Amino acid sequence: MDFQPTEERRMLADMIGKFIQNDYPLKERLTAGASALGYCPAAYSTMAQLGLIGALFEEEVGGFGGSGFDIATVFTELGKGLVVEPLNDTALTTGYILAQTDQLDLVEQIVLGEKRVAIGLIENGADYDWSAPETLARKTDAEWQLNGVKTSVKFAHGADALVVSAQTQSAPGISLFLIEAAATGLAEHPFQTVDGGNACEITLHNTPAQLLGAEGAAYPLIDAAAARATLALCAEALGLMERIKDMTIDYMRTRKQFGSELGKFQALQHRVAQMLLEIEQAKSAVINAANDLQAPTDERNRAISAAKYSIGRIGCAVAEDAIQLHGGIGMTWEYDLGHFAKRLVMIDHEWGDQDFHLMRFAES
Amino acid sequence: MDLNFTEADKAFRQEVIEFLSAELPADISRRVHADLPVSKEDTEFWHAVLHKRGWLTYNWPKSFGGIGWSHVQQSIFEEECATAGAPRILPFGLKMLAPVLMAFGSQEQQEHWLPRMCDGTDWWCQGYSEPGSGSDLASLKTTAVKQGDHYVINGQKTWTTLGQYANMIFCLVRTNSDTKPQAGISFILVDLATPGIEMRPIRTLDGGQEVNEVFFTDVRVPASNLVGEENKGWTYAKYLLAHERNGIANVGISGQKLARLKRLSLTQKRNGKPLADDPLFAARLARLEIELRNLETTNLRVLDGFSKGAGPGPESSMLKIIGSELEQNFDDLTRRALGRHAQAHTPQVFEPGYNGPQVAPQDMANQSAAYFNKRKVSIYGGSNEIQKNIITKMILGL
Repeated sequence: MDFQPTEERRMLADMIGKFIQNDYPLKERLTAGASALGYCPAAYSTMAQLGLIGALFEEEVGGFGGSGFDIATVFTELGKGLVVEPLNDTALTTGYILAQTDQLDLVEQIVLGEKRVAIGLIENGADYDWSAPETLARKTDAEWQLNGVKTSVKFAHGADALVVSAQTQSAPGISLFLIEAAATGLAEHPFQTVDGGNACEITLHNTPAQLLGAEGAAYPLIDAAAARATLALCAEALGLMERIKDMTIDYMRTRKQFGSELGKFQALQHRVAQMLLEIEQAKSAVINAANDLQAPTDERNRAISAAKYSIGRIGCAVAEDAIQLHGGIGMTWEYDLGHFAKRLVMIDHEWGDQDFHLMRFAES
Repeated sequence: MDLNFTEADKAFRQEVIEFLSAELPADISRRVHADLPVSKEDTEFWHAVLHKRGWLTYNWPKSFGGIGWSHVQQSIFEEECATAGAPRILPFGLKMLAPVLMAFGSQEQQEHWLPRMCDGTDWWCQGYSEPGSGSDLASLKTTAVKQGDHYVINGQKTWTTLGQYANMIFCLVRTNSDTKPQAGISFILVDLATPGIEMRPIRTLDGGQEVNEVFFTDVRVPASNLVGEENKGWTYAKYLLAHERNGIANVGISGQKLARLKRLSLTQKRNGKPLADDPLFAARLARLEIELRNLETTNLRVLDGFSKGAGPGPESSMLKIIGSELEQNFDDLTRRALGRHAQAHTPQVFEPGYNGPQVAPQDMANQSAAYFNKRKVSIYGGSNEIQKNIITKMILGL
């Protein structure tokens, strides 16, 4: 057994860390997050050139990584920088689906950062369940056409294409389709997200689409893509928590009340100690999930759900406690912590919250 | 022991409900229920309506123009106002400064300032915290130096809620630096139009603007604006904070949030079924409902004790801790109920003429921002850690 990251992954992490430190100021991130696109295209392009997207894919499809630990390494570092660019939503997740369905030209462009493809699986916004889409695909003489509404499609505004799930009339089960962003009958309604970034409600009306893979047989592929997306989110949350913990410790070392540093008060010391051990547990959950990404489906999903549940529970507690330990300053826009905390809590709302994954684990 | 409301209490509740249904405009109620930021207009309008009815000063003693409602009646009133979505009565003047003036102010001050709070002449804000003095309030450094018949104030206050709407601020200032910190503090009233005052907004993490920094440079304040005696301000400040915590159990607001969550759980879907049928969600909701039922009785027990004793005491710290955490937990569960839509931040749906998509359900578009904003309630008014210190010292005697 060896818990040390490989030399390559350590270098990858260092490189991302340096990029964030030198070229990714939080102020610009906040501006980009509040822009119409919800991210900075130049920063996205730089990250692609640095190989951050390539690290998420296997060599056969133009990458140089693609394992669970590669994904975890990249997204932990991105989390530490509160990176808003959608490497998960419009590269890792859809890139995997497209690679598995022989769209290799498109995957290559995704890896190079030249194209982005969004993913639309959710239809009822309160629900996390992606197993029963009501969007309907109909085959006409010449092509497939889709009708339906997809909600919370992250970073769809400005994307080149979308992968969406649908039912077909001719086969039970779910099918996946590729839609060009400029396709007829596609209407997008973009909105801001509270953690910075953008999402769209997408309406499809007789929209031409290309079937990906076999009709009615896409569920296992969606499941595998969801596992990757969820792992990436968990790793991102881990990076956020590490930074939040560091900020909290720094603050407790410098802020003085009642004549001494906050860090000298035992009641507060114990809370940060608790924060530390919870984050260590979250880290172990991420390691388990990364390790089991290639495992048989049931085993993989148990590890993924265990991680997402842990991250959801611990993440919210860490975000809330860090704000409380900071007091008023933690409530302000000017201080970094609040932005990290918002993203950390919102991660619980993507790809299934802690209750969703607790239940999925219990039922598996 | 009798936990039943009397017939008179029931009739009183009905009277409040009828008043609210006749007087509270639907658009104001909608904004309050949607947890949108408090507007100056809505607050002033609602104060005027309550003032006309004589209910604005519902918790004042009769001798100062109050109505002499029992604490049960006061709780009924607060609960029904929250249920109806009435704007919160601005506490700074009516609930915080007023008790201090009644107890420690001169007759002249009482006659001058109390009526002005009621008729809307003055909007008060609070100058307590400073950048270096939060939980450790007594370490405050803003100075007031007596020069003839004026005090000259220099320093900085912070976290001044809704200061941007205010024309008056009550401040804790240091009038003696040569003694232990608590013994050198005075309580003074300052007109914000006085030269040398600058108010700057602080943007909060939810993007909102409700708190401010206030800078004082050689601000000359008439000595007649000092409340009580010089260097006795700490006593008044503690008295005020105990009153601020009174009512902070927020039973009415949490009750309204419970009802809203129950409605939401019938329309929201989880795994294709109504959210109310999700066992984990149902358990979360049940836990909060139980906590609230317990708090309702704890609140009434504590208030009953206050009404029979010498007024608010350290037990209000208990209500502050439980009440603030419960309110936060309701906001937390509301966020969870919204599922994937919790991430959407679309306050523009409340703007007149908006015709874009409705992402989250009706009136839920500001809920995530509200969840983050409400992290403040366990920090302000003396953080919950400070409340625990008070309980440890004053109740446990440790």
